[in-house]
Amino acid sequence: MASKSQSCSIWVGSETGILKGVSLSKQQAFNFCEMSCLSRDQEVCVLEWGDPLESEVLVGCANGTVKAFSTEKGIFTESKECGDATQGKFTGLAMMDGSLVTCAESGILKVWKEGCTDTIEINVGNGVCRMRQNPSRRSQVATGGKENPLKVWDLERPDKAIFTAKNVKNDWLDLRVPVWVRDIGFIPDSDKIVTCTGYHQMRVYDPSSPQRRPVLEAEFGEYPLTALSLPASQGTVVVGNTHGQLAVLDLRKGLVRGCLKGLAGGVRGLQCHPTLPLVASCGLDRFLRVHSLEDRSLLHKVYLKSRLNCVLLSSRNLELSGADLSGEVEEVKQEGEEDGETDEVWDAMETVTDKTNKRATEKAAEENAVKGPKKRRKVAKK
Amino acid sequence: MDFQGDACTKTEAKKGAKTKKQKRMNECKDVEAETSVQADSVEEEAAFPPNFSVSEIKNKQRRHFMFMKLKQEKRKRKLELKKKRKKEREALGDKAPPKEVPKTIENQRIYDETTVNPEDEEVAFDEGTDEFSSYFNRLTNPKVLITTSDRPRGRTVRFCEQLSTAVPDSHVYYRRGLALKRVIPQCISRGFTFLIVINEDRKVPNGMVLCHLPNGPTAHFKVSSVRLRKEMKRRGKDPTEHSPEVILNNFTTRLGHSIGRMFAALFPHDPQFIGRQVATFHNQRDFIFFRFHRYIFKNEKKVGIQELGPRFTLKLRSLQKGTFDSKYGEYEWVHKVSLWALHARILQCLI
Repeated sequence: MASKSQSCSIWVGSETGILKGVSLSKQQAFNFCEMSCLSRDQEVCVLEWGDPLESEVLVGCANGTVKAFSTEKGIFTESKECGDATQGKFTGLAMMDGSLVTCAESGILKVWKEGCTDTIEINVGNGVCRMRQNPSRRSQVATGGKENPLKVWDLERPDKAIFTAKNVKNDWLDLRVPVWVRDIGFIPDSDKIVTCTGYHQMRVYDPSSPQRRPVLEAEFGEYPLTALSLPASQGTVVVGNTHGQLAVLDLRKGLVRGCLKGLAGGVRGLQCHPTLPLVASCGLDRFLRVHSLEDRSLLHKVYLKSRLNCVLLSSRNLELSGADLSGEVEEVKQEGEEDGETDEVWDAMETVTDKTNKRATEKAAEENAVKGPKKRRKVAKK
Repeated sequence: MDFQGDACTKTEAKKGAKTKKQKRMNECKDVEAETSVQADSVEEEAAFPPNFSVSEIKNKQRRHFMFMKLKQEKRKRKLELKKKRKKEREALGDKAPPKEVPKTIENQRIYDETTVNPEDEEVAFDEGTDEFSSYFNRLTNPKVLITTSDRPRGRTVRFCEQLSTAVPDSHVYYRRGLALKRVIPQCISRGFTFLIVINEDRKVPNGMVLCHLPNGPTAHFKVSSVRLRKEMKRRGKDPTEHSPEVILNNFTTRLGHSIGRMFAALFPHDPQFIGRQVATFHNQRDFIFFRFHRYIFKNEKKVGIQELGPRFTLKLRSLQKGTFDSKYGEYEWVHKVSLWALHARILQCLI
């Protein structure tokens, strides 16, 4: 069990209550659950890392329990009742210096301090669809849902939201535009927050500016957007909708950069790798897919037998085990060296005016010209 | 080019005309002349470039003629090879190598990894607790409401009526311009377990929404090749009210299982064998064929069947989670044209 769980780099939570680990290097998937005691009320709603070292996965179940799964030992180590089924499913989990933050659909956000029984409770409003933590400032969380606008909370001062979004202006018929925040993302290295809505809009808010309305709004497709994720390379966001369309949107103008193909059913979970240009998606079609964001090609496709709710990527290299990783690094190095060599050749070349030598130099130059640009393109891609 | 072609006709003649066409052509030629050029023509034939293709010939008639000749030769060679092989097989007797399996569309199908293994615990659990589990645990009896799109015309109305004779405990209602989202809560309150909506385009039924109540899923099918009872040849007398047996063929993948369970849940649990009626849903390359038969055992070996109708073909367009909600519903599967499969010319089946 332990060796299995250590090799896994992607964790997926399913509707049947099974936590699944996928090892792309071994091309295998494992179920971490007792098959005898399956039940639908253990449906995995959210997954989150328990610590920054990524040795623990927190699993939020539909019946209100939060279970801790140790990736090193491969077993569930802890289980905690953090609410009950009447409060609705979990919409977000977060760890804030040792204390656990949970948020349920009914809008009750709780901070469970370690070793302490009393909790801080915030009511963030009804119909919450998602709660997300700011990865750079861990005490900040954002919430939003159906008829519940985006709110940013500072958990150290829980009395009032530090930012509440204002609804956009009425439409051309002077009718109120409905609000339905489906997913939220904090844009790294800036205060901005990006949301996607059930009315197929992508909106960017800037809490640092006095404007409470979105600073950018873009539409994608005609079906509700269900998930978003921010890739490592800045300036873009990946969104997915209920028809299984995945797109990379530009955050400067809101244009579609490209679509990721191959999905058959609605997207439920979406996560980009924190450093590499990869995005993992899962959903109702029971497949986990890993796309490359560079050429938008489908890299991996794993059938996981149940409808999948959420996906969690580890920050280490996903599909490559140790050996493969070093191999690729070497390759890159080699190319770099070659490139350097050609540059050296260019530098070392004399400007020759002699007629006899001209032909030879021309040939060399031609060869370099043929080699040079290709190499450069490769390097630029990397 | 012309000259070459001419030479060819002569070689043809030399080889001996076989088809009528060639005979006709040969008739106009002098037999003596033919014999005199025989030697030359052989040389001419050898003068063709090695990669000569018939399509290079510019004269249309000549090209056509040459092409016919080429085809004939090919067929001849093939027949010879076949004969030779047969002889070899006979000569070898029992030691002959086993015959090669012919390529068919069915066995060229690429394997689908979602094909359900009946021993799989996880899938069994998933299916055991899905929306149809109450039917399969015999907690509910099916009750079906059949309606149409707005203002149905002749064929669609008759199709609905005949469908309701095939599905027991089904009720045809006029749509009255109601929105499906308003119909569904009423259906649930009256204990219906299925809602079937037949869509019509230019008086021809072309779509079917199959919605399981009270909490989904909803399947959307394309309907084609509808043949009503009246248009059926050698059909039997109208079906009786006995609940039929259901045959589900080739629903092997995970998606196929979901669809198959849906069809199974349309019919009552225990078929009344006295009615001798069978409803068949046969899946072949993602097309689902519906047939409705009556059978009779003539003696111990022979069975006779007669079709009762209606017959139609379904193709799955989408499978949606929850009751009908095309705008905000979450889709489990949506039909998308796979360009990859088209280009690679492979047979990819999803059900």
